[in-house]
Amino acid sequence: MSAKVDTSLPLEYQTEQDRMNILGFWVFLGAEIVLFATLFGVYGVLYERYAGGPTHKDIFVIKDVMIQTVLLLTSSFTMGIAIFEMRRHNLKGLITWLVITLALGAGFLFMEINEFIHYAHEGATMQTSAFLSSLFVLLGTHGAHVTLGIGWATMVIIQLLKRGLTPTTARKTFIIGLYWHFLDVVWIFIFTFVYLKGLVA
Amino acid sequence: MGIKWDEFFITGDPLILGSQIAILLTMIGAVAGITYLKKWKYLWTEWLTTVDHKKIGIMYIISAVLMFFRGGMDGLLMKAQTARPEMEFLNSQHYNEIFTTHGVIMILFMAMPFLIGLMNVVIPLQIGARDVAFPQLNALSFWLFFSGAMLFNISFVIGGSPDAGWTSYFPLAGKEFSPGIGNNFYAVALQIAGIGTLMTGINFIVTILKMKTKGMTLMKMPMFTWTTFVTSILIVAAFPIFTVALALMTFDRLYGTHFFTVSGGGMDMLWANLFWLWGHPEVYIVALPAFGIFSEVIATFSRKSLFGYKSMVFSILGIALLSMVVWVHHFYTMGSGPAVNSFFSITTMAIAIPTGVKMFNWLFTMRKGRIKITSAMLWALAFVPCFVIGGVTGVMLAMGAADYQYHNTLFLVAHFHYVLIPGVVFAVFAGLYYWWPKMFGFMLNEKIGKWHFWLFVIGFNVTFMPMFFLGLNGAVRRAYTYSAESGFAPLFMLSAIGSIILAAGFAVFCYNIYWSIRYADRNISSDPWDARTLEWSTASPVQFYNFAKLPEVKSLDPFWHMKKKNEGLTLYDSEIEEIHMPSNSWLPIYMGVIFGIAGFLLVFEWHIAAAVAAIGIFAGLIIRSFDYNEGFHVTKDEIHRIENAWRKTEGEVHDHVS
Repeated sequence: MSAKVDTSLPLEYQTEQDRMNILGFWVFLGAEIVLFATLFGVYGVLYERYAGGPTHKDIFVIKDVMIQTVLLLTSSFTMGIAIFEMRRHNLKGLITWLVITLALGAGFLFMEINEFIHYAHEGATMQTSAFLSSLFVLLGTHGAHVTLGIGWATMVIIQLLKRGLTPTTARKTFIIGLYWHFLDVVWIFIFTFVYLKGLVA
Repeated sequence: MGIKWDEFFITGDPLILGSQIAILLTMIGAVAGITYLKKWKYLWTEWLTTVDHKKIGIMYIISAVLMFFRGGMDGLLMKAQTARPEMEFLNSQHYNEIFTTHGVIMILFMAMPFLIGLMNVVIPLQIGARDVAFPQLNALSFWLFFSGAMLFNISFVIGGSPDAGWTSYFPLAGKEFSPGIGNNFYAVALQIAGIGTLMTGINFIVTILKMKTKGMTLMKMPMFTWTTFVTSILIVAAFPIFTVALALMTFDRLYGTHFFTVSGGGMDMLWANLFWLWGHPEVYIVALPAFGIFSEVIATFSRKSLFGYKSMVFSILGIALLSMVVWVHHFYTMGSGPAVNSFFSITTMAIAIPTGVKMFNWLFTMRKGRIKITSAMLWALAFVPCFVIGGVTGVMLAMGAADYQYHNTLFLVAHFHYVLIPGVVFAVFAGLYYWWPKMFGFMLNEKIGKWHFWLFVIGFNVTFMPMFFLGLNGAVRRAYTYSAESGFAPLFMLSAIGSIILAAGFAVFCYNIYWSIRYADRNISSDPWDARTLEWSTASPVQFYNFAKLPEVKSLDPFWHMKKKNEGLTLYDSEIEEIHMPSNSWLPIYMGVIFGIAGFLLVFEWHIAAAVAAIGIFAGLIIRSFDYNEGFHVTKDEIHRIENAWRKTEGEVHDHVS
């Protein structure tokens, strides 16, 4: 489809369809913001309704949360480098940094699963209290998004290996990049309004 | 902990047994009929796998008409049950199930898909585009809606209907008070359909922003396009809230969490807030496009530009904004306190202002117009007084203090039927009569159409007007019966008679479709109404690529001005270029089916089987990710042939004014 490449535009913006896909994804992220905002709202309503079960201070482990935060924030940075390498038409660099990003994301997930297991050992499951229901669903939704992102980015990496850097693969990479940064932004809110607020309360 | 096998099919009720037999016979009949006529291949290649926005729109409309039938049957059963005091036609449980499914089906599986169907058919044509921004996603939206609708519909024969009202308030909708699986159907089926709706919203936002033809600025967009655009924004802003609410409901019901159950620290009012935070914008998600349809119809049949175009646009935006900040008016009596109630009273009443602006604009559009009374125009004319009754009673209900008197009575039920039936159902009928020739190349019969109109409008008023008085006299909603001493009997009987007239109107509508398919004149102009917007500048039915050459727009009502100036109507050979079109795809229907199967298994709480089916969903996503099908090109010769065929029979388009 893309016979000529317009050098004044980035690779991912070459065709009208690519531009529309990227805009469509921004609109989708708008919907995702509403989705997470609702979950935060629910958490905000229920966060002190312990029903006699464990409270924030009983279960949160600040060291583990810090490690998760560092892993995820770094992965957002490496995703930025990956897109930068894509703009430089450096396929090898792009794929390398994408793989590093995913490794960091997997590390984050590993930590999160450990966190959930730890909570369960403390007697804190999502059936325990309204606070824990909202906590698990908020964190779980974010974690599910990260998991989906890892699977999705893996598909994109396979396509980059098979097809090289074309406007289509560049667009797909750019979109997964947007998605990844979005997950990072959501995490910053979780870190602040769930963990920090919970520990100082 | 799943349902027992002997509870799988609902048994023991003759009405439901009759439905089961009817469904079975219909399915056997359909399969046999398609096989006999050897239409499987045609059905698959032309419809089930299509990504053409016009065909998707038609499939939406067909589904919506079927759902209208189902929701209407529910309505008739309710009216039969309350026709006389102490009636024993339906028991209380059955009545609960029927008013629940009536509400859900009419709003989510009739009104929305009907409007989305019309949008699908019309919007790309009105903005001079060849398709929507994401054709395959559009097909996916349809199949997810269809899958959700079917899943919801089978509940009454398999497993049991939801019975907690269309609002599904907790704690009633929770596991404690609704231990069966009926409300699982609600949570899962609406979730699947809701994902489809969200995708539609995204699709139309991008389509309208990016695919408008040359010269069409935002302030030159036709009013139906404007309302669709604002509705799409409302969908993207409101539907994720519903997604979350339904997900939390699913967690509460299936996995024992405590979001809405007071035991364990949950809050039942949280459900009410989340539901209406989505639910109120939803009212405008269906009302705004309907306003758009009336704007098109009234302008066309008054032969005038829409009066006050700019104020129309700003009033839509105002209504959309206000619709997000009024949700508490659905539960004034649940103890929010006077300050909160006052705030929501004021925002609610404020909506009357932009709505009034629109009303007067429609009236001024008609003023000094050369009005032509067609079936479509009749619906628009009847809409004005009927909707005003709905609006004025809405302001009565908006007063928080007064609402303590009316709430949960039939007064409220009458109010929202007076808003939604003129505001949505009249509109989809107007739209269907208006755009039918564009979709199929022949008109619906005007004479039968007028029978349809009069029966329906008279039936509607006779059904719902008595309910205002019943409500003011204290008849509560959702009660399956009442005593003879209450004195309600005569008005309930009148209302029941009205519902029969209403149903007769719907039957005449179906007959009109049948009659027109068989006998209507096929040799009509592609612009039979002498209309104003771009969809009428192409052939009827529209060629699959919409426009051989994308039109250029210089003003509002562009096609009207083209006809007046005789500009831009002729297509020169030198202007014909190859057109790129997307290919059909089996993925959307596959996704619809697999979502339906996974959803069905989840409803029955067979978690392992549902997880296995969910793998199929991910497989579909992966296949889509690796799909590099670039579509195909329509050759110049073919375009030449198609364009010649309709332009020749048409002569010059602007001469064909009926």
